[in-house]
Amino acid sequence: MERLRKFALPAILIVVAFLFPPINAFLESTVDVNLMYPAIIVAVYVMLALGLNIVVGFAGLLDLGFVAFYALGAYVVGWLASSHFRQVSISFGSTATSLTGGELPGIHLSFWLILIIAGAFTGLCGMIIGAPTLRLRGDYLAIVTLGFGEIIPRFFQNAGDLWGFNLTNGTIGIKAIDSPGFPFLPESMIAWQRFGTLDLNPWYYTILVLVLITVYVNIRLRDSKLGRAWISVREDETAAAAMGINPVTTKLWAYAMGAVFGGLAGAYYGAFIKNIFPTSFSFNISILILCMVILGGMGSIYGVILGAVALQGLNFYLLPQLNEWVHAMGDAVGSPALSGLDLPKYNFFLFGIILVLMMLLRPEGIIPNRQRAEELHDEDATTGDAMSGRARA
Amino acid sequence: MTTGEATKTRSAAVIDGIKSSTWSSRIAVALTAFLLVMLLVRAVQEPALFTSQLLIGLTNGAILSLIALGYTLVYGIIELINFAHGDNFMIGSFVGLTVLSGTIFGLGLFAPITINSGAPLRILGVLIALFVAMAACGLLNVGIERVAYKPLRNAPRLAVLITAIGMSFILQNVGLVWKGPIQVPFPELISSANILPSDAIIFRWKDLFVVLVTVPLLVALSYFIGSTKQGKAMRAVAQDKDAAAMVGINVNRTISITFLLGGILAGASGVMYGLFNGITIFNVGFTQGLYAFTAAVLGGIGNLTGAVVGGLLIGVISAMSDQYIGTSWTPIVIFSVLILVLVFRPRGLLGDRSAVQGGGE
Repeated sequence: MERLRKFALPAILIVVAFLFPPINAFLESTVDVNLMYPAIIVAVYVMLALGLNIVVGFAGLLDLGFVAFYALGAYVVGWLASSHFRQVSISFGSTATSLTGGELPGIHLSFWLILIIAGAFTGLCGMIIGAPTLRLRGDYLAIVTLGFGEIIPRFFQNAGDLWGFNLTNGTIGIKAIDSPGFPFLPESMIAWQRFGTLDLNPWYYTILVLVLITVYVNIRLRDSKLGRAWISVREDETAAAAMGINPVTTKLWAYAMGAVFGGLAGAYYGAFIKNIFPTSFSFNISILILCMVILGGMGSIYGVILGAVALQGLNFYLLPQLNEWVHAMGDAVGSPALSGLDLPKYNFFLFGIILVLMMLLRPEGIIPNRQRAEELHDEDATTGDAMSGRARA
Repeated sequence: MTTGEATKTRSAAVIDGIKSSTWSSRIAVALTAFLLVMLLVRAVQEPALFTSQLLIGLTNGAILSLIALGYTLVYGIIELINFAHGDNFMIGSFVGLTVLSGTIFGLGLFAPITINSGAPLRILGVLIALFVAMAACGLLNVGIERVAYKPLRNAPRLAVLITAIGMSFILQNVGLVWKGPIQVPFPELISSANILPSDAIIFRWKDLFVVLVTVPLLVALSYFIGSTKQGKAMRAVAQDKDAAAMVGINVNRTISITFLLGGILAGASGVMYGLFNGITIFNVGFTQGLYAFTAAVLGGIGNLTGAVVGGLLIGVISAMSDQYIGTSWTPIVIFSVLILVLVFRPRGLLGDRSAVQGGGE
C-alpha cells in the first residue's frame, strides 16, 4: 500500500497530465468543451503555489508579496523578447523574424535562455530583498514582503519614464512578446517551431514539464539536508541555531528558491499572454496564491497542487456557472438584482472566507502534511513564531 | 566648574555614541539629513507653497493617526497586525456616507444632507454621521475579534495574521457589494474656502474640521487609557496577560474594549476622510491601512504617542512626496519608509511598547 501510494499515484497523475491534450480534443469534438486555456493557466498557478509552498510551507515564512517575483519574471521576458528596447538590436535563437527583412529592433533572445535568466534574476532579487529582512520576526517579515509586493508593480507602472529612460512602458505595458519555439526544427513541425495561438499543445507540454520540474525540485528539497533545516527553523529557531544551523541563510535559501519558481512562472506567463501590464500583478494575486497553499495544505505537495486546481477551477468554471444559474433564477422570478449580479467579480469574497474558515477549522489544509498538522495543533509548544508553535504570550 | 564638566562628559558621550554607531545607522542619518536639507531648500525657495503643503500633510496625517492608533492599540495588547483594520476604516466612511444620504436599505428616513442644506443641519448631519460610523465600526471591530481572532488566541501568530487578511478581503467585498467598484462622491458639506486672509498659504475650513474632531478624540483616548480603571486594565493586559488575569482583570473583556476603541477611531477617521477628500472607494482601506500601519511602526508599535507622531510624519512625507516627487511615486515612498524602518529601526522612533519588544530576536 505504501509502495502504491509512493509510485502508482504520481505515475497515474503524470500519465493523465500527458494524455490531457488528446482527451481535451476528444471532449471538444463530443461535448464542445475546450479546457486547454484554463488548464495552462491552472498549471501556471500550480507552479506559483509550489514556489510559495517552499517559503510558506517548508520554511514557515509568510510571504505576502509573492506576486513581485511573478511580475519580475514576466518583465524579464518582456525586456528580452520584444521590440521594447528599440535602441538596440540583438537577436539570438529567437523565433521572431523581421517582416521587412531589415534589422529587428529590440532584444530577442531564445525563450529557453530567457527562462534560465529569469529564474536566476528573480532568485537574485529574492536574495537581495531577503538578506536584510529575514532577520525580522514573522509578522514583520510578512509586512515587509507585502511592501515589496506593492512597490515592484507600482515601480513598473511608473518606470515608463525614469529620467527620460523608458524601462517598462508604464501603464501601457510591454506588448507583442515573442513566442517561444525551436526555430531549428523542420518545417513539418511548424507548431513546435514557433508556438502559435491556435495550437496550444506545445504551450501545454512546456508548462507541464516546468511543473514537473518544480514538483521534482520541491520533493528533493523537502527531503534534503536544507529541507530538514527549514523544518527545524520553522519549528524552533533558537534550538535550530543552537544545533549549528544558520537561520538567516536557511531562510534566505527558501526565499530565493521560492522566488526562482515565481520568476519562471512569470516568464512563461508573459510569453503566453504576450502583453504584460503592471496592473495584472496586484496584491490580490499574492493572496490568491497564498490561499491555494493554505487550502491545499501548507508543506504538502499534493495538497498545494489540489489547492491551485480547486481555486482556479472555481475562478474559471464554478463561478461563471453559478453566475449563469443565478441569472436564470433572477430571470425566472423577475428580479433584476439577481439577473444583473456579477458573481465572478466577488471571487475574493470567497477567498477571504476560505482563509478565515481554514485557519479556524482546519489550519493544516485539505491534504495535510503530517508534521505540519501536528505543529499547528500543538497548543503546548513554547517557542516559535513561524507558522508553528504558539505565539509568545 | 561642575557645569563645564557636565558639558564635557555630555559631549564625550555624544562622540562615543557616534563612534559606536553602526554604518547602516550612519548612512540612514546622513540620508535623512540630506532629504531634510533638500526640503529646506525647497521651503526657502517657495515658502508659501511649502507651508500649505505642510498643513495639508498634517491634516491628512491627523486622519492617518486615528487609524494608526487602532493598529497600535491592538498590536500592543495581542501582538496582532489587524489587517482588517484599514477595511474597517473604509466601512466607516461608507456608513457615514449612508447616514448623510438619509436612505438606509432603501428606506428613506430624511432628505439627503447636501451642500444646499442650512449650516445647522449640515453640522448636525456631520455629527450624527460621525457618531453612527464610530458606533458601527467599534461594534464591527469587536465582532470581528469575537468571531475570527478569539478562537485563535493560542494559535501560531501567523495563523491569526492570515485570518485577519481573510477578514480584510471579506470586508472589502462587502464594500464592493454595497457601493460598487467605482469611486463614490461624498457631499461637500464643509467649505473648501481658505480661513486665512492671505491667498498664498492655504488652511481651509476642512482642515480646521479635521483638527477639531481629532484633538478631542485624542484627549479622550489618552484620558481613558491613562486615568480610568479600564485603561489601567488595558495597560496591565498589554504588559502581561497571565499576570493581569491573576489579579482579577477580565482579559477577554479588556481585549474586546481595545478593539472597540480602535474601531471607534477608525469610524471617525473614515467619515473625516470622506468629507475631507470628497470621495471614497471600496479598496481605500488597503492603502490607507498600510499607510497607517507604517505610521504606527514608524512611531514605535504599541506606543500611542508614537502612533500620532508617526501618523503626522507619514502625512507630511506623503504631502511632500506628492508635491516634489510626484503623486504616482508616493505609495512607493511610503512603502519604502515602512521597509526601511522595519529593517533598520523596528523599535520605531519613540520606542516599542508592546509586550514583545523590538523586531528582531
